[in-house]
Amino acid sequence: MLEQQLVNALSLGCVYALFALGFTLVFGVLGVINLSHGAIFMIGAYAALQVVTKLAFPLWASLIAAFFVAGAFGLAIDYLVLKPLRQRNAPHLIPMIATIGLAIFFNSASQGIFGAENLRFPSDLVPDQQLHFWGVQISVLEVAIIALSFALMAGLLIVMRKTQLGRALRAIAESPKAAALLGINVEGLFYLTSFTAAALGGISGVLIALYSNAVFPLMGQPMLHKGIAVIILGGMGDIRGALIGGLFLGFAEVMSVAYIGSTMRDAVAFGLLFIVLLLRPQGMFGKVLERKA
Amino acid sequence: MEWFDNFWQIYSNLVLTIGINALLALSIWLTLSCGLLAMANAAFMGIGAYTASILTMNYGAPFPVALAAGIAAPTVVALVIGGPTLRLSGVYLAMATLGFGEVVRVMILNAESLTGGALGLNGIPQLTQWWHVIAALVITLLILWRLRRSRIGRAFEAIKEDAVAASLMGIAVNAHKMLAFALGAGIAGLAGALNAHLTFFIGPSEYGFDRGVDILTMTILGGTGGLTGPVLGALIVTLLPELLRNFRDFRTMMNGAILVLIVLFLPKGLWDPQRFKSWFKRGRK
Amino acid sequence: MLKLSKVSKRFGGLSVLQDVSFEVPEGKVFGLIGPNGAGKTTVFNLITGLLAPSGGAIEFGGRSLIGVKPHQITRLGLGRTFQNIRIFKEMTLIENVVVGMHAHLDYGVPGWLFSLPGFRAQESQARDRAHELLGWVGLDAKAFDTADNLSYGDQRKLELARALATKPKLLLLDEPVAGMNSGEKVALMDVITKIAKRGFTVFMIEHDMRFVMGLCERIAVLNFGKIIAEGTPDEIKNNPDVIEAYLGRDDDDVVAA
Repeated sequence: MLEQQLVNALSLGCVYALFALGFTLVFGVLGVINLSHGAIFMIGAYAALQVVTKLAFPLWASLIAAFFVAGAFGLAIDYLVLKPLRQRNAPHLIPMIATIGLAIFFNSASQGIFGAENLRFPSDLVPDQQLHFWGVQISVLEVAIIALSFALMAGLLIVMRKTQLGRALRAIAESPKAAALLGINVEGLFYLTSFTAAALGGISGVLIALYSNAVFPLMGQPMLHKGIAVIILGGMGDIRGALIGGLFLGFAEVMSVAYIGSTMRDAVAFGLLFIVLLLRPQGMFGKVLERKA
Repeated sequence: MEWFDNFWQIYSNLVLTIGINALLALSIWLTLSCGLLAMANAAFMGIGAYTASILTMNYGAPFPVALAAGIAAPTVVALVIGGPTLRLSGVYLAMATLGFGEVVRVMILNAESLTGGALGLNGIPQLTQWWHVIAALVITLLILWRLRRSRIGRAFEAIKEDAVAASLMGIAVNAHKMLAFALGAGIAGLAGALNAHLTFFIGPSEYGFDRGVDILTMTILGGTGGLTGPVLGALIVTLLPELLRNFRDFRTMMNGAILVLIVLFLPKGLWDPQRFKSWFKRGRK
Repeated sequence: MLKLSKVSKRFGGLSVLQDVSFEVPEGKVFGLIGPNGAGKTTVFNLITGLLAPSGGAIEFGGRSLIGVKPHQITRLGLGRTFQNIRIFKEMTLIENVVVGMHAHLDYGVPGWLFSLPGFRAQESQARDRAHELLGWVGLDAKAFDTADNLSYGDQRKLELARALATKPKLLLLDEPVAGMNSGEKVALMDVITKIAKRGFTVFMIEHDMRFVMGLCERIAVLNFGKIIAEGTPDEIKNNPDVIEAYLGRDDDDVVAA
């Protein structure tokens, strides 16, 4: 039954990777650890749910809604909070603390607005057919999750590696001042990155909401913790790290549930994290040095 | 004195909690003063709490011994993980310590036989007296105050501003970072041990991310410039839920909003000696 | 006193220094000059242990510096200033200089914890010495100002005072007069001459030719990561390789023929 586990792990890992990607993008390009990414994840899920229940849109439309709503939040956070801190040249930790405040604010606001209970997507909307091939069973939903995640990640990778935009982003990641001197529109690209990262986070929120059939205000928090684990494992600021780290975590979790028992599930993620922190704190692809100004 | 007895009957827990939170805020202040944002202090608090509680509950250890162990255990852990992690700087360190905090929480959750797992430890003897907390706070304040005036305190400040330049002043940067980290861990552990024997029940969820954020808020709100700030911040953040008791969700939102607003508009926190000085100067004109 | 032998440094595929050898004699003022990008600050970074050489040897007083940590190198007697000024901006001038004395204060925990006489005496001596050093560079009047408020030239002088506080045998000065006007340069030249007379060995990197020729007793010239000449100011002035290295560049100060 190993193949079955692998397939389960793949879809979970994809979502982890997608979430971690947004997280690591903001860190790589803006140099900020955005701890409100979990809240944005949650906002994406709620946005999709609202669109589907209140506006009776089809499921695929809700993904688009989540993309843009979450993206808008990400952009607003950047413009209203992160940008003034940038202009003030605040030390790195300060924006992180601000995003913690934002996360708390959004989480409790959504609890106030939507209530604390678990909400569900209408069951008739969620595809639940199972496909069988090569002795393995996989649901249509999982296929969709894997396909969508891979498409988004591939798209991002292509942009980063093969386009002028990607080169500009990588230049900013190295040194924003130098990039500005080269004529790159650094502020504009900061906005774009914040939007895109949040949008990816929002999509991963919808996907997890469908996968686990639960939407609740604090859903972003455990995801955030896993996201931290993923980017530490994979190396912060590195896209390959987020991808591989996410998939790796997905596999590790599913394997441990299958072979050790579900209580150890979180322990595995963090046990790995612990070992990585002790032996190679910069993760697989990360660098120890702090970026230049 | 009757009003005092009444007051104490109702509010003693609150007052002692303020004292314990002040200790926690000071522990983060200490690491911040060396330029480290170590988000692991909540986890260290937990290690101290569990160590002390296990000793008193299962082995009947006398309180001072339990407290000493509650200080020693997280300090030792800090020394062990400090080596590799303190090489990281700034945000990398913050993330690594955040991750470490999660690791500790999960370990506590899974070491059920020892820690009671998710159910936590219940029935811890309520040994903490008011003078324990006062003594701990006063001694800690004293040590930190003297530390600031010594070459070690200056070294911390230098490292916080520019670690490379500091090393070329002959300052052993890594050793000093380790000192700040480990001492902060010890203080947090003491706070945890005292807290456990006050609230007689502890559980793993109390020492996670939320607690870490609470402590950080206290320090940032109060002000990182000196020792008064963290204490003031602890006072406000502990009292605020009591004052806003009727607005449950609202007060969590307030917490979050406070953090963001302080960071944006009062970056050095409420208690900022330099700001007061400039007010004075303006007033004189 | 300080000897570099066949030192090289590569960053990935880029070779920044090759086969660099020279010797800084004790008690003299030594200069390292060369066009921009020649690798001069890299030499300082190698000496002070911030970078490790890819090859070669660095010896100070007969003792190898390779693999030694920066704070230990400072304690061996090397003090340094930085090309891009790294003073502690939020501290006062006097605090900046006192930080430099860190390694030479040796009171223990009881000392600072209980404010014992030994602690207070050492702290007081440190402050007096800091005032003295600030006086050497002419900044004593501003001792209690915040370092951030200083002019550029004064910040450089502060760095010098701070480096002196570490009780160095050898002072490494990275572009000590960059950004100063000619009046300030002359004043600093005076200060450095006086410092050298007190027995400090001075090793400086500079662009300003007049400054270097006026102060240094021996000069080495670095170009594209290689030493192309070493000798007295007169020898360097007339060295054809040196002249060629500087001709045709947009440097303000070209070696006068």
